[in-house]
Parts: sequence; structure tokens; C-alpha cells
Amino acid sequence: MRFVDEFRDSGLGRELAAEIARLADPRRHYRFMEVCGGHTHTIYKHGIEDFLPPNITLVHGPGCPVCVIPMGRVDDAIHIASEPGVILTCFGDMMRVPGGRGSFLDAKAAGADIRMVYSPADALAIARREPARRVVFMAIGFETTAPSTALTLRAAARAGIRNFSVFCNHVTIVPAIKAILDSPGLRLDGFLGPGHVSTVIGCRPYRFIVDAFHRPVVVSGFEPLDILQSIYMLLKQLSEGRCEVENQYTRVVPWDGNPRAIEAIRETMKLRPFFEWRGLGFISESALELAEAYAAFDAERIFRLPGVRVADPKACQCGEVLKGVLKPWECKVFGTACTPETPIGTCMVSSEGACAAYYNFGRFTRERVREAVR
Amino acid sequence: MCLAIPGQIVGLVPGTDLADADVSGVKRKVNVGLLDDERLAPGDWILIHVGFALSKIDEQEARATLELLETLGPAFTDDLNALREEE
Repeated sequence: MRFVDEFRDSGLGRELAAEIARLADPRRHYRFMEVCGGHTHTIYKHGIEDFLPPNITLVHGPGCPVCVIPMGRVDDAIHIASEPGVILTCFGDMMRVPGGRGSFLDAKAAGADIRMVYSPADALAIARREPARRVVFMAIGFETTAPSTALTLRAAARAGIRNFSVFCNHVTIVPAIKAILDSPGLRLDGFLGPGHVSTVIGCRPYRFIVDAFHRPVVVSGFEPLDILQSIYMLLKQLSEGRCEVENQYTRVVPWDGNPRAIEAIRETMKLRPFFEWRGLGFISESALELAEAYAAFDAERIFRLPGVRVADPKACQCGEVLKGVLKPWECKVFGTACTPETPIGTCMVSSEGACAAYYNFGRFTRERVREAVR
Repeated sequence: MCLAIPGQIVGLVPGTDLADADVSGVKRKVNVGLLDDERLAPGDWILIHVGFALSKIDEQEARATLELLETLGPAFTDDLNALREEE
């Protein structure tokens, strides 16, 4: 077993889709939010919507960490990169994200030393190799990614590496889901819960969705069969009048998550009082900053940051897309002024952004999807 | 961003938190420090995200999921119904 192809079996997928169609009540219209950008990517890449009956709509959620970075933070990072002796390192996804004064790519073209890394450990390796330079890692990501930053910080502290720091932009998923549930005018019937975040935090943190908002949650994997099975499980709960947190992704997600990963995050980071999310605005206790014990590695303390809040361009409707209020193609600039090559908004940048996923894979079935949304 | 991919452990690097893993035919070093309690061994499958293993993949659970899916399909239900009719 290789744990990928098996979960892409088209025969099983078709059978599962038939079961979904059988289970869906034709008198109802179901709206399920897939929380992760990874889910959105799979849904468009494999044309999952085309397998679903017209009365099931998938609403794309806020779970793309690149998409929720506000423009001001990009500007802050570019400011750090322009300080003498600095090497700014980041994941490849960040390079095209537009800030108020251009993207990392623009800053790199203008002479800043900005390098893509696959892992925070690679950023630390650069710091070891180049002791005369100040290496800053721009950390982004949900609880999935925070443990790798945490372990890297630990390693840096243990080895006494003084020229390494982290510009921390880690965010947490639960407050974002809560903000969505609190937003007026958005009707949802259930959630496909974040699979890889849950390998770290487990399934218990989603209890509030069931208890306070009475919506079922199925923690879902990222292959086509995972998504289809999760939709099936949500329908099953609704048809049986149940409302629970269930785990579809049992091969990877332990119910209690990974205690070691949580411990590493707690040791190196703490909750910020509030953080601005692109499109969702300021959300309290929704992001992480470095803990006091790791202050020496905190780029926000080492460098004086402008910290200016930059409003999104007027034409950009990423906020509505991130909240699931708008489908990507309903945005005024989708596919015209805003494309993956020259993105205006973040949802078009990351391959997990709803707009980029839809632009790359979904455009040809737009009529079909339009019908489904009606 | 939360993309994580399965890889198979080829060997553990003694005295470190690192393992050599085969990820779709590419060999690379993976930090397995978060899985200290799992007693990893060559042959085990792990889920890798930005160079760090987040969880050990449970092969039994994977098989159970696939088997369950096979029983959900109409072909299986039809067979079952046919069997019931024969009784």
C-alpha cells in the first residue's frame, strides 16, 4: 500500500458518489464547508463537484495560510529583508503574495536576499553555513506547520545559533472557524474538518461546532475518496439526526492529536492577543508569537517593523471568497485582472487558494457548477 | 500549505532525530522527533510536512477505510439484496 493511489480509485469514487446521491434528500439543499485549502485543491483538481448531486454545494473555507496573510505583514517581511546582512527565507508559496509595495519576488529583483526553502530546518542550515549573515525565517501556517518551526527554534537554541530568527505568522484554525460561524448571512450544514491540522491538535477542539452551533464535523483526508466519504458521513449524520465530530482520516489522525507537537508549540510560542486575517479582519487569540524564553529568536523584537495596516485593493474580494460568501468566479477581477501570474489577491497566489485552484482546474465546468449553486 | 505526503522509512540515523525516507522514489532526510513515542522502524510509513513527520500512518486503518468503502457501493448492496432474496 502506498496510501495515495488507493484513495484515488475512480470505480470506488463513482460508487460512493451514487451512495451520496441516494442519501441526499432531494427536498433539501446542503451546503458543506471544506475548511482546508488542500481540500479545495483536491475538489477542483479531481472534479469532485461534478460527481455530486446538484443540491450539494461545497463552500470553500479559510484554511489556506498564505491566503490569510494581510498585506501589511508582507510589507513588514520585505522591510526585514532590506535590513543590512539579512537573508529572508520563506516557503515558495509566499514569493508571489502581493504586499502594499510589491511581492517578495519584486523585492528580490530589487536586490533583497530572499530565498525559498522547503523546510524551516533548511533556513537554520543556511544560518549555520553563513554565520556573518542574519537569517530570518518567515513562518506561516496553521498548527500543521507550527511544530516544525517549534522544533527548529529548539534546535537553534540548543546549538546556540545567534544569527537565526523567526518572523512568526502562525495562525490557529479554531478561531477562524468560529469567526465564520459567527458571520451573518452564511448558512452551512456541516464541515469537512482540517485533516492535517488534526494530526497535531486532534479532533476534540471541534466539539464547540457541534455543541454551540449544532453543525456536524467530519475530519477529512485529502484524496478524492476521503472527500467523498466525508460528504457521505456528513449526510449520514444529518439523515439520522445526529450531530457529532467524526474522524474519516483515521489512518493519519489520532483522536487526541500529537501531544509532543503541542508541547513543542507551547514551549516556544504563545497566543497573540489578536491578529489580523486577510478578509476576516482582526480575530482575538487566533495567532502565535514567540514565547518570552525564545525572545532572542524573535524577528519582531530584533527588527523595528513598520507594522502598518494596509487595506486590500478595492477590486479584490478575497475576504468574501475566504468566508465562503462568494465563489471564486463571482469576484469582479477573477481571471481578468487577477490571475496566478499577476495575482491581485492571495486566493489566486497559493495553489491551495480557492481562486488559483478554480482557475487551474475548474474553469471548464463552470456552467455545471453554476447550475449547482442555483 | 498544509500539504503533507506519505513516505516510507528506509533507515534511522542513530543519535539524531532524523530518518531517511523514500518519498515517491526520492530519498530525503526527515525529522521524526515528533514521533519519539512510536518506535519507528524501517518499512513504517509516515506523513511528512515541510521535512518533519507529523504522524505514523496506520496501515490497518487505511485498509479498514477502503474495505468499508467497498461495502458502501451499490454493487455490494445489490449482491447483498440478491443473497437475501435467495434465502
